Amino acid sequence: MILARVVGTVVATRKDPRLEGKKLLVVKPIDPSGKDEAGYLIAVDTVSAGFREKVICVSGSSARMAGGCKDCPVDTAIVGIVDSVEIS
Amino acid sequence: MQLGRVVGNVVCTIKSDPLEGKKLLVVQPLDKQGKDTGKPLIAIDCVGAGAGETIYWCRGREASMPWYPEQEVPTEAAIVGIVDEVHLG
Repeated sequence: MILARVVGTVVATRKDPRLEGKKLLVVKPIDPSGKDEAGYLIAVDTVSAGFREKVICVSGSSARMAGGCKDCPVDTAIVGIVDSVEIS
Repeated sequence: MQLGRVVGNVVCTIKSDPLEGKKLLVVQPLDKQGKDTGKPLIAIDCVGAGAGETIYWCRGREASMPWYPEQEVPTEAAIVGIVDEVHLG
């Protein structure tokens, strides 16, 4: 799983029926100190994350195990809203 | 599976239901000599690992197997062992 920050939303009218009612967010991967990393991902939100919030994203086939994503065409899901990251 | 070192932890109040009560740790992947390689990632701990410990972790869908079939845990990285020693031939 990776840390990321929510940077936008995606609106799609025409989509796979199994994606209907799911919130799609644009997330930017970040390192544990909060610095932006290269690239971005479109993720299905399962925890009602908001703009600029730090989140945990799960990718690959495990993303389908996130709440409400069973058998959906999803490869990245937001599964947690981060309160804090401690680096020792 | 790969070697890694626990470098921190993540606290999340709001999370997916199957993640409740699970420890989320920041893992720095290591190469076979024990040097840092690649970017840190978040993994679920299922062996009671602590900060600074060398561990091995698995990635992909198999990472959710420690809890399967009782729970379907959405994770693609899990800490599945604590390393005592690595011997290279």
